Amino acid sequence: MTDPTMASCPVPAAETERILLGHGSGGRLMAELLHDVVGAELGGDVTAEDAAIVDLGSAEAVVSTDSFVVTPRFFPGGDIGSLAVHGTVNDLAMRGARPVALSLAYIVEEGLPLAELRAVTASVARAAAAAGVRVVTGDTKVVGRGAADGLYVTTTGLGLRPPGAAPSAVRGRPGDAVLLSGPIGLHGTAILSARERLGFEAEIASDSRPLHALVAAMIEVGGERVHALRDPTRGGLASALNELAESSAVGVELDEESIPVPPPVAAACALLGLDPVHVANEGCLVALVAPEAADAVLAAMRARPDGAGAVRIGQATAGHPGRVQMRTLLGSARVVDMLVGEQLPRIC
Amino acid sequence: MRYLDEYRDPAVARRLLAGLRSTATRPWTIMEVCGGQTHTIVRQGIDELLPAGMRMIHGPGCPVCVTPLETLDRALAIAADPEVIFTSFGDMLRVPGSSGDLLGLRARGADVRVVYTPLDAVRLAADHPDRQVVFFAVGFETTAPANAMAVLRAHALGLDNFSMLVSHVLVPPAMTAILESEDNQVEAFLAAGHVCAVMGWTEYEPIAARHRVPVVVTGFEPLDLLEGILMAVRQLEDGRHEVENQYARAVRRTGNTAAQEALRRVFQVTERSWRGIGPIPASGFALAPEFAAHDAERRFGVGGLTSAEDSGCIAGPILRGTRLPTDCAAYGTSCTPRRPLGAPMVSSEGTCAAFYNAGRTR
Repeated sequence: MTDPTMASCPVPAAETERILLGHGSGGRLMAELLHDVVGAELGGDVTAEDAAIVDLGSAEAVVSTDSFVVTPRFFPGGDIGSLAVHGTVNDLAMRGARPVALSLAYIVEEGLPLAELRAVTASVARAAAAAGVRVVTGDTKVVGRGAADGLYVTTTGLGLRPPGAAPSAVRGRPGDAVLLSGPIGLHGTAILSARERLGFEAEIASDSRPLHALVAAMIEVGGERVHALRDPTRGGLASALNELAESSAVGVELDEESIPVPPPVAAACALLGLDPVHVANEGCLVALVAPEAADAVLAAMRARPDGAGAVRIGQATAGHPGRVQMRTLLGSARVVDMLVGEQLPRIC
Repeated sequence: MRYLDEYRDPAVARRLLAGLRSTATRPWTIMEVCGGQTHTIVRQGIDELLPAGMRMIHGPGCPVCVTPLETLDRALAIAADPEVIFTSFGDMLRVPGSSGDLLGLRARGADVRVVYTPLDAVRLAADHPDRQVVFFAVGFETTAPANAMAVLRAHALGLDNFSMLVSHVLVPPAMTAILESEDNQVEAFLAAGHVCAVMGWTEYEPIAARHRVPVVVTGFEPLDLLEGILMAVRQLEDGRHEVENQYARAVRRTGNTAAQEALRRVFQVTERSWRGIGPIPASGFALAPEFAAHDAERRFGVGGLTSAEDSGCIAGPILRGTRLPTDCAAYGTSCTPRRPLGAPMVSSEGTCAAFYNAGRTR
């Protein structure tokens, strides 16, 4: 090495494999990171602008934001990148919107392998492309080691809602059919199993996927009679239905036998003392649909791969507003409440 | 699915219920011992489908619920030590001690971790030789063998930094204490299937004979419980008092002798205090002298710590089965799963939490 500055004052060898605090300092390192890692994986969608212009025409705009802190970051069926796209796309979809644009913000812990950031970003790009949505703006911050757990991702989504779509948590009515688009409990048990290395014989994969096309198909058939939609993420089906029951001031009667719980999920829940209705999902939705439209909407759901397992699991009632009840396998009734705090496995 | 679906068949359940209605001529009172059975009974509403007047009393078989307050306070004192990694099964974390719970302690900086097997705690001890790793060993004969194995493993590996806060309790002495209490109403028992899978049922034979009380070793699925109840009612109607086995797919009369051998080696029988019941002679396990080095109570000098119960909580009569959660003024008002006053409101196996989660009201 003949560079005279190097001879007198040794510069540490550049760390090229891990995130450094300097990657967040707004200087050249950051510019390189954005260009070489984030921009490269997102296909050149990173611009010099501070904000993106989105042409909405005359439609209604729908906005939603969500942060993702999942551990582990890679799990069977997805990773924190695909999850961050699907989560926000699905929140838009629950208001009947088609996703148009996403923002993507990273909080990165010093020391994170660049390869991991690259893999997550590639996954964001794949998931966004598959959902037909562009990542138009973003942000990256680096925090010191120990100040964050590896990588946090926040996505904000902008969606357009076509005329005739009006799903809202407050529009459920007594008599509405309760429709569920597919089996429950896959995401939560997949994460728990991967995080705690429980070593179940059957690998359980997350159901993480975008649901806006399914919603579009439902609304095409049912229009405004698709009253309310919710994706039962954290807190599971029980929390989603309790929220809808409360917001719409209706009761909900469920039929336990009709709720699809995949055998590996049922087995994992039985073993850990968890209730499948409290376990998180990332790829199914629950809908309150006017009774006269329910059969047609259900048929439209079943005609699609992302709704092939759709079933009617109960109905909304005028009795016990705000409460969700389940007719048990043995024919008696019990209240299905929201989960309190953390879901803690039972001792035995 | 094998081992689940066939024990949840609604048609078979209706047949068993019909059998129960045609068999029972009197309003019998039966106690299910185990919290897992309470969970299924309340979740499926089995007690509401029984013939009129027949009653299930929910027994003291929830390990979270019967762990005495002072043991929790000892756990909190140990976990607050910055040198300690305190490990526990999940549902002990929310049980209130005299001053908060383990979850709150964790939020204030204590290193409290949920493990799924005590062997994970042993692994933590091996991975962190500079820290003290303590495992909270609660539960009945069901969880005790795995905990015994963890002690044997730590001992064999020479892990001086691994210890256990032991609060193991045994089912037969509690059943005897209930039968001998003045206000006993129990006429038959459903014995805890998984406890019997370990211990067998020979120790229940003298109880059934001496107190002339039917005992049916019973499983945990809805059909198990209905069949166990039917078998108990048949005995009561016939005037028999035998130990019968409903849970034949898991339980043999002699139990799991290898597990029993591990228990004999690692533990010795001792008097234990039961939350809500009080001290019962020879009703629990403590570490045997050979393994005293792994006794967390001794290592952290917390054995002398004693505590008094919250006066608003009627956990005692509830755990003895003489009162219902809905009899308690605090139930659903000042005491909820969100802010439990006493242990039966904490674990979903606890009678109060099982009632609350099923929406039972006064």
